[in-house]
Parts: sequence; C-alpha cells; structure tokens
Amino acid sequence: MAQRAQPIIGTTGIAAGTFVVLAVLLSFVGLGLRAELGRGLGPAEWAAIRFTVVQSALSALLSVVCAIPLARALARRRFVGRGLLVTLLGAPFILPTIVAVLGLLAVFGRTGWLNTAFGALGMPEVSIYGLHGVVLAHVFFNLPLATRLLLQGWQSIPAERFRLAAQLDLPPRMVFRTLEWPLLKQVVPGAAALIFVICLTSFAVALTLGGGPRATTVELAIYQAFRFDFDLARASLLSVIQLALAGGAALIALWVIPNFPLSAGLDRKLMRWDARGGVQAWVDALAIALGAAFLLLPLLAILLAGLKGLPQMPAVVWQTAGNSLWVAVLSVGVLLLIALPMAGWISTRQRGSAEAIGLIGLSASPLMIGTGWFILINPIADPVPLALPVTALINALMALPFALRILVPPMRDVLVTYDRLSRALGLQGWSAWRWLVLPRLRAQIGFAAGLTGALSVGDLGVIALFADPDRATLPLQMYRLMGAYRTEAAAGAALLLLAMALGLFWLCDKGGRWHANP
Amino acid sequence: MRRTLLATTLLLASQAGAETPVLTVYAGDYFTSEWGPGPKIEEGFEAICDCDLQFSTGDLLPRLLLEGERTKADVVVGLTTDVTARARATGLFAPHGQDKSALTLPIDWTDDTFLPFNYGHTAFIYNETTMDAPPASFDALLEMDDDVKLVIQDPRTSISGLALVLWVEAVYGETSAEVWQMLAPKILTVTKDWSSSYGMFTDGEVDMVLSYTTSPAYHMFAEEDFTKKAAIFPEGHYFMAETVGKIAGTDQPELADAFMAYVLSADFQQMIPTANWSLPSALPEDQWPEGWSELPLPEKVLFYSEDEAEARKAQAIETWRSALSQ
Amino acid sequence: MLTLEGIEIAQGDFLLAADFTIAPGRKTAVIGPSGAGKSTLLGALGGFIPLRAGRLEWEGRDITQVPQGQRPIAMLFQDNNLFPHLSVAQNVGLGIRPDLKLTADDKASIALALDRVGLQGMEARTPGALSGGQQSRAALARVLVQDRPVILLDEPFAALGPALRQEMLDLVNGLATETGATLLMVTHDPADVRRIADDVIFVEGGRAAAPQPAKALLEDPPPALRAYLG
Repeated sequence: MAQRAQPIIGTTGIAAGTFVVLAVLLSFVGLGLRAELGRGLGPAEWAAIRFTVVQSALSALLSVVCAIPLARALARRRFVGRGLLVTLLGAPFILPTIVAVLGLLAVFGRTGWLNTAFGALGMPEVSIYGLHGVVLAHVFFNLPLATRLLLQGWQSIPAERFRLAAQLDLPPRMVFRTLEWPLLKQVVPGAAALIFVICLTSFAVALTLGGGPRATTVELAIYQAFRFDFDLARASLLSVIQLALAGGAALIALWVIPNFPLSAGLDRKLMRWDARGGVQAWVDALAIALGAAFLLLPLLAILLAGLKGLPQMPAVVWQTAGNSLWVAVLSVGVLLLIALPMAGWISTRQRGSAEAIGLIGLSASPLMIGTGWFILINPIADPVPLALPVTALINALMALPFALRILVPPMRDVLVTYDRLSRALGLQGWSAWRWLVLPRLRAQIGFAAGLTGALSVGDLGVIALFADPDRATLPLQMYRLMGAYRTEAAAGAALLLLAMALGLFWLCDKGGRWHANP
Repeated sequence: MRRTLLATTLLLASQAGAETPVLTVYAGDYFTSEWGPGPKIEEGFEAICDCDLQFSTGDLLPRLLLEGERTKADVVVGLTTDVTARARATGLFAPHGQDKSALTLPIDWTDDTFLPFNYGHTAFIYNETTMDAPPASFDALLEMDDDVKLVIQDPRTSISGLALVLWVEAVYGETSAEVWQMLAPKILTVTKDWSSSYGMFTDGEVDMVLSYTTSPAYHMFAEEDFTKKAAIFPEGHYFMAETVGKIAGTDQPELADAFMAYVLSADFQQMIPTANWSLPSALPEDQWPEGWSELPLPEKVLFYSEDEAEARKAQAIETWRSALSQ
Repeated sequence: MLTLEGIEIAQGDFLLAADFTIAPGRKTAVIGPSGAGKSTLLGALGGFIPLRAGRLEWEGRDITQVPQGQRPIAMLFQDNNLFPHLSVAQNVGLGIRPDLKLTADDKASIALALDRVGLQGMEARTPGALSGGQQSRAALARVLVQDRPVILLDEPFAALGPALRQEMLDLVNGLATETGATLLMVTHDPADVRRIADDVIFVEGGRAAAPQPAKALLEDPPPALRAYLG
C-alpha cells in the first residue's frame, strides 16, 4: 500500500499514549487494592471542591486580563534590554512553588517591601492572606504563560496590516477592533482554560497564602485524607473528582488552547506603525513597569535572601542538588520518549483530540499516582530504590501536556512541508526521525526539555513518602533545613533551586536553538 | 597446626564480617540529616551492638500502612503521640519490654508498646524585641489586640496543629468554638507544616508562632540569640512526645530489643536536647546539657490519653475548621 | 517502457484520464493550460496522488501500489526539494540510503555527482548557503545518485531566471542522455520543448493525450493546442 510509506507512523505513539493512560489507571488499581470504605465526602471536601473551582477560575481570568496590556506593550515597544526582559518575565512559570512563596511573602507579606513602602507613605497595610493571596500567587505563576501566548499572537499579525492601519490613520480604538480583537478572541479562551487546569491542582500555594481552612484545595484535601485519616478511598475519590474537573475543562479547552511560542522570535524586530507617543506610550510604559515589578521583585527577594544563606548551606545540600539534577535529567529523558512518538502520532492524524491524553498526567494527583505505584511495586520489589525513577516518571507526566502543545503544531508543519520529498526518497521510521523530525524540531525539543527539567527540579513530589536518607531531592532538603530551624540555609537552598530551575531551562532552550536550523 | 587455626579464625572472622546483622530503623524525615540525631545514634549504637544500623526515612505511618506485614523495618523511630493509636491498630508492633520507671516525663506513661524518647509542649513563641507585652495566660492571648498576628499549623496535616486543637479543647472544653472565634482574626494564616510557620516567624512576618516550649533553646544554644521566648500559660500546655516501637515480625529481635534499651540509656538521652531540640524522656533534669534546665517550662501539663484523644479529635477539628472558615 | 493503462485520477470534481505508453529513454514535455492537471499527472506517476482506476506499469511490472520511494522514479518538485537542516552531501546521500549509513564508495559517488553538476567542494554547505541555481544543482546531483530509470520534473526551476533555467534544463538533458533515463517534465515554455523534448503530452479538458513527436506537433498544432500556445 502506498499509505505505508508515510515518514512517521503512529504505532510507537499509540504505545506511548497507552503507556500514559496505563500509568495513571494502574495507580488507581493500586489504590483500589488497599482502599477500605471510608467516610466519603463531607462538607469540608465539598467546600474544598468549590474553593478550588472558584480560585482557579479567578486566577485564570486575572492572569489573562493582566497579560493583555503587558503583552500589547511588549509587542509594540522597542527598548534596550527588551529581549532579556521577555526572557526573565518567563521565569516565574518554572519557579518551584516553595521558592516562589518565599519570594512573594518577602514582597507582599505583612513586613514585606510593599507594606513597608505603604507604611512609610502612611497608607494602610495590605494583606496577602486569603482567596486573593492564592489568586495573586497563581497570577504570579501564570501571567508569564499568558503573556507569552498573547505576545506570540500579537507578533503573528503581519506587519503589513499595521502599515495599512497607519495609512488609513485608524484611531487606536479601530486598530483594536480590526486587528487585535480577533486575535484576543482566538488566544484568550485557550490561555485561560490552560491556566484554569494548572491552578486546579495547586497545592502548596493555597496552604500558606490561603489564610485558613476555607482556602483548602482539592489537592490539599487529598493530602489530608491520605496523611491524616489514611482514608485511601476518600483520597482516591477526591483524586478522581479532580481528574474529572481538570479533564473536563481540558477537553473543552483543547480545541482553543493556542500553540506554544518558542522564546526565539519573540524579540523579532517588527515595525509597529500604531505605537504612538503621548498617553499611549505612558500606558505601555506603566504596563511594562508594573508587570516587571510584579514578576521580578519576588525573584530579587529570593536572590537577596539566598545570597545571605548560601555560606550557611551544609555540604549535603549539594548532594541533594545532584539527586534533583538526576531526577530532572531522567524526567526529561522519559518525557521525550513519551512526548516525541505521541506528538508524531497526533501530527499524522487529522484531528488532535488524542492530545487530551497528555492532560491526564497533569490533572491527576501526583501524590495518588505515587502512592498507587508504591502499593503495586511493594509486593514485587523494594520501592525505595525506585523512588527517584517513579518521581521522574510522574514529573514527566506532569510536563507532557505542555510538551505536546510545543511539539505537535511544528511537527505537523514539518510533516506536511517535507511529506512528498520524504516519500520520494523513502525516508521512513527511524531515518525520518533522525534526519528530518529531530533536526527540524531541535528548538522545540530543547524548549520542551527545558520546561520539563525546570518543573521537575522544583517538584517535591512523592519522594517525601519514601525517600532514603541519601536519596533526598533539593526541595525535600530545603524542607528539612526549614524543619531544623535553618531558615537562612533554607533560603540559600531556595536560591540554588531557583538557579538550577532557570539554568536547566536556559541550557536546554539554548542548546536547542544553538546553531539552529534555518 | 597453629597456622591452620589462624587461617580458620581469619576465615570465621571474615565470614562474620560479611554477615554483620543489619538493623533497619524507619525514621522521620528530619531524623537522619547531618544535624539531626540520626548519625550520632547510629554511631553510638553500632559501637555497642556489633551490627549495622541502617536508617530508612520517609512518611512513617503512611509507609507502614502501605507496606503492612511486608515492612522491612525492625524498629520505627519518631511516631508521634497523635498517630500511635493508628500505628497500634496495624498490629505490627510488639511490646517494648522496657522498664518505664526510668522515664522522667511530666506525665504518667502507661503505654507498653510505644516508648517515648523525647518530649515537649506546645507553646506560642514570640520575639521579645518586637513584642513588649506578651500574653501571660491563654486568656490573655485571646484578649490580645487583633493586630497581633499568629501563625498556626493545620491540625489535619501536622502534629503540632493537632496538639493545639487538643490544647484548646483541654483548656476550654465546651467553649472551644468561642475561643477559636476570638483567635480567628489574629490568625494570619494556617500552614501545612511546622517548618513553614516557623520560617514566617523568623522572617518577622508574624508576631507569634505555634511551636514548642523547647524552640527558644535552638536560638539560645545554636545561635546565641536570647530574644526568642515561649509564652508560658498557667492554664497548662499540651504534651507531645515522639516514640520508638519494635516491629513484631522483626528478623532481628535481639538487636531490636537492644536498640529499645539503648533509647533509654544516658548516652542516647544526652544527645536528644541539642540534636533533636526537645527534652529527653529518661534523663533527670540535673543531667541535662548545660543551660537547659534554665529553659522556662510549664508548671501544668495537659495530655489526653490515646483513646480520649481519638474520641475528641474529629469534633475538635471540625470546631476549629468551622470557626476559621467563617 | 512506462505504461499508463486506463488511468483515472479524481480529486474532488477534477478528473483526469490517461491511457498511453512512454518509450524508454524518451524525453517528454508535459504542456497544457494552468489547472489542466500537468502536476497532477506527474504526482500520480510518482505515487502521491491515488488512482481511481487503471494501472501503472514499468517494464511490464505493476507499480500502482508501490510506495513512492521504491518506484523506479526520481522526482523533483516545484519547491522543498532539499532539507534545509542537512548539508549538501547529506541531502544527496539520502538518494543513496535514506538512513544515511554511507560507505566510502557512497561518499565517492556523492562527490562525483556534485562534481558532475558543478558543485565540487560544496559538500559541507547547507542549502541556505547556496544560491537558487546551486540549490537546483544539488537536487539534480541527488537525482543522479538515485540512478532511477525515470525522472519526473514538476517545474523545479520555475523560480530561476530564464538564462539559469535554460542552463539547468541543458544540464538535465545532458544527464538524461548520459544515463539513458526516461524524462518527463512539466513546462509552460514552447522554447523548452524545442530545446529538449522528443515528445509532447498535451493535457487539456480532463485528458492527457498520448505523446506525439514534439517537432511535428509544434509545427502543426491541433486547435486546442494552438489556442493554448496563442
């Protein structure tokens, strides 16, 4: 059959997709083996479900709304250091949660920089604790993502259209209506949906900034059911609810989730004829200044506190940093083994609905997957040496939906553009991967790998459940330091964690684009 | 002949070396870090047991529950008094077999399964340089201005958080709900674990933190900082201890017993204060490390027996949750 | 001999029928109005467009279902004939082995082919570093190493200037003559036909006519062709 000659076939991709589904499903089988009939869901759990949905929706909405002026200003203004700023503004998204909370408290806390400044000006204190604190933190994490998606959209509007708008002397309102509104309609729903799903599984943020038990998220309720009551049935049930919430939102959203932009190209020089002076310039300057302050000051706080703590860090921190690095590298490896064939499979299909499989890993509770696998592995082998690989697998699953979003659209392009040539030359299977897909997608693969590595390094993960003394990861070590009164050393570890997450991302991203293809 | 004997002896010795018995000790996560008590305990016990003590850390109770009979643990160190009921119900533990009269706890310890190796009490810690009028009683704490901010831990995820809920229950009983309502505006936030709370306190984010009566000791002896103080209340403070338990199905029963005995030895007990930043469970006060007996400790100690705590726990947490959810 | 036996190609409303043979070693121009189906015909021969009916034979062997890369055909498209991320040598090498596991002999024949098209010493360059004409030469070098008895050209030189295009066509002509390959090329230009083609296939009105000797046809075109040539 002539059909067989297509360069990439779906078999390995289907196998990878099946593996992902099985990894999650089997963990639930494991949980089912040990679950006894618990007390089911009480008012506390229902309150947690309500709170989770409300905070996720608010976080998604606010992230996108704030991203619009910021992305718009960045899209049409040129200034020294713009490229660096765009890169730095992406940092909070890959920041480990526990580190980010420290930074946010240093800036927005009761004795933080903001309230100190307010106090000096005789203004009342602003509290970060409560629903708005949780939302603030989520906006901090996800504003970079929303901004990047919108910025990409803005830059996809051809310069010629802006030239035409300038020629017709359209007022800003009309520029918005004719050029920008159609773009927003296209990008905003998807970006919001993606952020909604990310916020659903939030855990650590809600703990510290929530202000009390009314800010309990489903993920926290799962942790409580597991840790405190050891009610595996209730924990699993909550986990299924979370999966359904996220999965439902994701399925609806998948059709509208925009493509992931690479960091490359976002600093592309583009003449914008609608960038006027006067009020508009001031509004843009304000948007950039506020956005940069909001996203960068917490990073600065982490840096300052960390520099003080670095000399006090015990040597063991470096060893755990090594473990974390190993987990991250393993995660990246596992991710690529799953994501590349899956992306290949999805790209050869007419419709991309199979991409929804990728969202399973993100929406399922990592704690529950880890526990399920512990139960399954325990009768067969000692789970302790497997703690790091299992953590790596779970981290890879969490990064999978992002990786697929990054890889599928360009892979589709490559396969369409070079389809005839590949077929004419009989380029198939491994040769097609080796000589066509991998080199063409190097930049995207680097980006996906960097994202996975960074997310993985900062994840506390299931390792806390059964870590050997010498298998601790850096986030766990940071907790240990905090638990031993070593707050300053913990701040040093936080800085190291931040540096590792950003460094890994930078390395993979740059590596992908280094000597990149034309 | 002599040569043969020598060879045989060497052979036996090397065989013994190859088969050094291993005692597997499950311990809480903090335990084995280089500043925790683990390394010293390992060294101290291996010096007398002719064995290899291996720690395995993790979330103790969930891990034991998941592993069940297949657990590789011989001894479990660090089960706190709030989880002993659940741990006992697994049926995995054997009687500790130690003489309880050696204990120097402020309460009467009757448990034959779990042996405490340290203790402490819940307390609110403050910084005397920023708080000039600390509350002198629990009642005074409730009457404080709402601008004074506290950070506490979630009773559903942390032992100290649970101890606080039981503390309130023990002091105020029926009127706990009102007490929580008075505390609510002062509670800045509730954290998952003690570490996050304490970090917020040392960063100056809050005025007082729910912690232990022994917390000031760390600052005093490790940092020479004498500004952190525990507010001692005449209403009493809730007692907490960490225990050691012996797994019934252990393949090293003698070693496990030896370890249980070691826990009560002066060698072990003297390590506890400065490595664990808690009070030793079986060491007369005059043998505590220098300066420790000057630590302000409560006159009155409150403690619910395991059964009583189990009976009150759920309701007390629900009272806490609904009062703080308003 | 390439045999098109009762071939029908359907793409939506568009239909194209062809039923003829092409003798080995002949150079045939495919001409006809825009949208008549010249590229479609070549695409069908190359295996990129499925046949609704009929069969395709090469020297008596049915190749209707043979995968594109395994047909006795080398083909150049209007664009995307080279992978921009691979070097010239690698691009040419793909014509020998799609997995690029090249022996010393293979590398020697790549160098020879590059030499033949005038790209000696440019093995390591990427297509982006070549001019448009050089890119065409590189693609031709690959056709050379592919060593297939049939060569299909779907206007690969359309983007080049007139002089350069003629140069390329002469090069192709020379190569095809040397190797004795059967050549089919789509073109718009009667001058190209005169320069190179032995025969002409005129595609029009949903039918590809059987090849006719080029010279006779151009001198005395039938009415439809006359209308096309203007």
